[in-house]
This record gives sequence, C-alpha cells and structure tokens, in this order.
Amino acid sequence: MSITRRIFTSTVAALALTAGTSGAMAQDDPVRIALLVKALGIGFFEAARDGAMEAAEELGNVEVIYTGPTDTTAEGQIEVINSLIAQGVDAIAISANDPDAVAPALRRAQQRGITVISWDSGVAEDARELHLAPSSDALIGNTIIKLAADHLPDGGQVAVLSATSTSTNQNTWIAEMNAVMGDYPGIEVVATVYGDDLADKSYREATGLMQTYPDLDAIIAPTSVGIVAAARAVEDAGKVGEVNVTGLGLPSEMASAIDSGASQSFAIWNPIDLGYSATVLAYNLATDAAEAGPGATIPMGRMGDLTLDDSGTGAMSDPFTYDASNIERFKDVF
Amino acid sequence: MSETTGVEMRIIPDRLRSRLQRAMRSWEVLLVAVAVGVFTFNSLASPFFLDAWNLSDATFNFTEKAMIAFAMALLIIAGEIDLSVASIIALASTAMGAAVQLGFDTPALLLIGLGTGLLCGAFNGFLVTGLGLPSIVVTIGTLSLFRGIAYMVLGDQSYGGYPSSFAWFGQGYVWWVITVEMVIFAICAVVFWIVLHFTQFGRTVYAIGNNPTAALFSGIRVARVKFTLFLLTGLMSGLAAVCLTSRLASTRPSIALGWELEVVTMVVLGGVSILGGSGTIPGVVLAAIIMGMVTFGLGLLNVPGIVMSIFVGLLLISVIAIPRLLGLVKVRLT
Repeated sequence: MSITRRIFTSTVAALALTAGTSGAMAQDDPVRIALLVKALGIGFFEAARDGAMEAAEELGNVEVIYTGPTDTTAEGQIEVINSLIAQGVDAIAISANDPDAVAPALRRAQQRGITVISWDSGVAEDARELHLAPSSDALIGNTIIKLAADHLPDGGQVAVLSATSTSTNQNTWIAEMNAVMGDYPGIEVVATVYGDDLADKSYREATGLMQTYPDLDAIIAPTSVGIVAAARAVEDAGKVGEVNVTGLGLPSEMASAIDSGASQSFAIWNPIDLGYSATVLAYNLATDAAEAGPGATIPMGRMGDLTLDDSGTGAMSDPFTYDASNIERFKDVF
Repeated sequence: MSETTGVEMRIIPDRLRSRLQRAMRSWEVLLVAVAVGVFTFNSLASPFFLDAWNLSDATFNFTEKAMIAFAMALLIIAGEIDLSVASIIALASTAMGAAVQLGFDTPALLLIGLGTGLLCGAFNGFLVTGLGLPSIVVTIGTLSLFRGIAYMVLGDQSYGGYPSSFAWFGQGYVWWVITVEMVIFAICAVVFWIVLHFTQFGRTVYAIGNNPTAALFSGIRVARVKFTLFLLTGLMSGLAAVCLTSRLASTRPSIALGWELEVVTMVVLGGVSILGGSGTIPGVVLAAIIMGMVTFGLGLLNVPGIVMSIFVGLLLISVIAIPRLLGLVKVRLT
C-alpha cells in the first residue's frame, strides 16, 4: 500500500473517530478491539488486519483499532498500549516485539479491566489471558511431509534440507515429521542435510542431494531460506517436474518457484486467518462468552475451536497451503 | 529640575523594550501558547484526554528523554553534541542486566547504571577534548560502538529477573498519580535550571558556545567545561537507562533505539540554537511536555506512528520557521 494512501485512510479514520465519539456513544457501545502489531507498514500484519476486519463484519458490533509503532521496538508498543488503556478499549490483541518488556504495561491494562491476548509473537504468561500460536510443532511436522506425499501417490524418495543442525525449531519439526511417517506408506526419507540458512550453502546441499540420489522425488525444506535455494537448484539442474520442492516459505519469495513448477506447493501460516482468529477470540473473552484457562476450549468462528494447553497457549490450525491457485493473491502480502 | 535649567531632558532607555514586552516575545511564551493549543485540541478531540491517570501514563512518553535533553541542552549550547546517548542507555541497561544475573541488588544496580553512563560520557569527553576530535564524528562512532557491545553481549537474548524493588524507579508512584519518574524529571529540571542560569559554570557554557576562542582567552578552561558536560550527558543517559530498564523490567540490545534524534529534537524545539550560544532550560521543559502531549494526543486518536512522525517534524519546522517568517514580513512592511 502506498504511503499516501495509508496516511489518507488513517486520517479519515482519525476524523471519523473524532466525529463519531459524541454520536456513536449514544447507540449500543461497540466492542472495541485493538489489533496491536509489531510495526505498521509490514505486509504480513496488514493482511492480519484484513482478517480482523472480516471478523468484525461477521461479529457485528465490533470496532477494530489496527495500530502499532513505526518501528519494531518495545518502547514504541508501550506508548501505544498506554494510549489504548487511556481510551478504555475492551480488548488488546498483541503481537509483541519483546515478550518481557511489554508485560508491565499489559498487566496494567489487565488491572484496568482490559482483555489482553497475544498472537503470533507471545508475551509473558501472566500478562495475557491466552496466546494464539499460528500452528503447533506437531501440525507443522505433519504438514511438511503431507505436502510432499500429496504429489507422490505411488510413494517415493524424499530428502530434508534443514537450517543448522542445532536449530531448535527445525529439529523439533523434523522429529514430529518422523513420528508420523507411518501414516505415509511408501514415502522414504533418504537423507537430512543442513544448509545453515545460508542461500549459497543451501543451494550446494540441494544440488548435492540430486547428484547423490538420482531418483529423488521431493526436497522438503522447513526453512524460508532453504526452500528458495532448493527451488533454484532444481531449476538450474533442469529437474523441474522430477523433483518437487516443498516445505515452509514466504509467498513473495516462492512465487517464481511456483510459476516455474519447481515447487508444486508449500506452506506457512496465513496472516488473514491469524488476524481473524485473534479478533474473534478477543471478542469472546471480552464479552465473557468464553473464559481462558488451562484446557479451555474457545470458539474462533470459521477457524473452529482453540484448545489451550497448561501455559494458556493454543495452536490455530495446520499451516496454510500455497500453490498456483492462490500464490498471485498472497505474493504481494508477505 | 528641568524647569530650572530650561533644557529638555531626554531619557535614553537601557532596553529598547520593556521587560514585559521582551517576555511576551520570548521563545518560551511561544511554546506556552503551543502547549495550550495542543492541550485544548487534545481535550476537544478525545474524551479520554482529560483524565488524571491517562495524563499520568502519558508523561512516560517524555520524562526519560527529557532527563537526557537537559544535559544535551547544555552540551549544544556549548557548541558540542552527543549522538551516542541512546546507545549509552543500551550499554548501561545491559550492564545492569548482567549485574542482576550475578545477584546484585537495587542500590548496586543504580550505581552500575549511573557508573556506566559516566564512563561512556568520559570516553566521549576524552576523545573530543583530549584528542580534539569533532564531537559529531566521535559520537556517531560511539553510537555504533556502545550499542555494538550490547549486541555482542546479548545477541537476540534478553536480561530479565530484575528485583521487585528495582521497579520503583520506572513503575512507582510517589503520591496518587505522581510517578517517581515525574519527580526525577522535576528535580533534574530545577537543578539544570539553576546550574545554567544562576551559576558561574552556566555563564561559561554560554561563553564557550558563543566564542570558544574568546572564552579560552578570557581564562575559561574550555576543555574542562566541555569534558564535564560530556560526563553530565553520560550520567543523565545512565539515569534514563535506570528509569527505562525499571519500567520495561527487561533489557534487550535494541532498547531506546533512535532516541538520540528525539532528544535533539526536544532540545531544538526548546529554543536552543543548534549552533550553540543560546537556549534555556524552561524552553526544553516546555518542548518535552509538548512533544509528549502531541504524541499521546495523536495516539488517543489512533493516528499511526508514521503520521505522528510527520506531525512532530512539521511542529518542529513551523515553530522554528514562524518567528523568522513573521520577522521577514515585518521588515517588508516597515
């Protein structure tokens, strides 16, 4: 979105708000939910705002305040939190720049009766009612192997191109993937290599895989650096159509790989669903339609129910799959 | 008397304008007018502005920055500048965080925070006065250096676990809505006001800013005064680090990122000549309050931070340009 348009819309919003405060109060008070993001001007979060707007329309009497600092600092978010407390919003749904630094300000918001939840990037446990994680390790582990298996109905050889051998996230996901391998008969993981999240090393490792295993059918890269490098390695080796690259990646970086056919599909969280779910959850908690707590189940509209674990964290869904049918729409988003 | 001599007496005034007239035209009066305007606008624009607790929260937007701005005002009046202040905060905060891990308690933390600030100030002061390097170059260097050290120590980690008594500085209240930070801010304002306007040291600061060579030949120890001012700026940055760290209850190397420019903006808006030689502490106090109130007021209207930066920039330019423009118009007319 161009800067002029953003300024224009926000100014209009500010004016509308100023004008509306006297008139609108007389009607049924809307539930005011603040979607507080890491920083304004980031495609991912603007997509989350679209989801929040969708939720607001569906719920009816909801006013979404999309806000955040200019750059990704905790101090900037605290200033915004203070102004949200001052306005007496009903709920704050935050993607935090720092889990600890914003906690004192959020606790003060809670003391003044504001519902606080975190999403995407969590905050300290006692500073929010629940945390909405985009997905869970188990769901991600299952998704990456399913993406490969879906295009191999007769089974085949797959290899994993990971980040570093000590990357906690990737190792957990690969372990979860191995745990569900029994559900995908005929699929064989022949190797796991490490590209260290460096474009050139990942490229070399991917090329090496194709030379070592000439019958390789798919490369799974659960890292946004590795997946792009692997797709390029497949294109350069002229193996488009033979080797399918999949895993976790960003639509903006993967659009060309989808176009060339080097990647049939890949996955990552959908920011629109995330903003939508966060808004519905905040609404349900703020209106006392649901209560957060260990083991609680809270409805989140079209995304189903969120089940919380002992730390008050819940996983939204499987990572969202991107392919030729939707890449055009998302490549400009994030 | 005049009757006896028969000669008409002419009184030559020692001032062209009366004391009142001069006061009316001063920078501070202009700032008071702006402050009243901002206050009135905010009160009309948002029903949440005139609330003791909200205004109390809003003071956090400027108190810490203003503490540094007082020392920075003296430094700029003396013809120097320190752009490393925000990085000093990061380093002092990191030092305090490391001390917490070693089990130090609140009084020691306070000393470590202030001490780190002093050391950084001494380093800047030595490079500028000892080696005769230009302060803008030196402090652009230490801006990277000090924060670089913080990044080296912490990386993407953070320090937490500050003792609960340490929270008093940034989260404590002295009485009702009066925060500890407000009191520190007020004390600093008075101390700096007395030092600059009512002491010999204050006069030497002006003298150096107006003409360092003349000051030197008048017997003023220019280097020593400048060194003291760098020490003072470092100390106040250390104090701001204590307050900010206490308020956030955690340390990350990105803490207070970009504050140096906000501090300099505050000083210039307060009527301190960026070329040195003139400026007052009451002006800086007013500028701090105006900047705090403008950002808080716009925050209440949910104006995005990008638009807010534009507003602050326009405010700075117009407050500085309007008197000059009026002067030009007056010259044309006479």
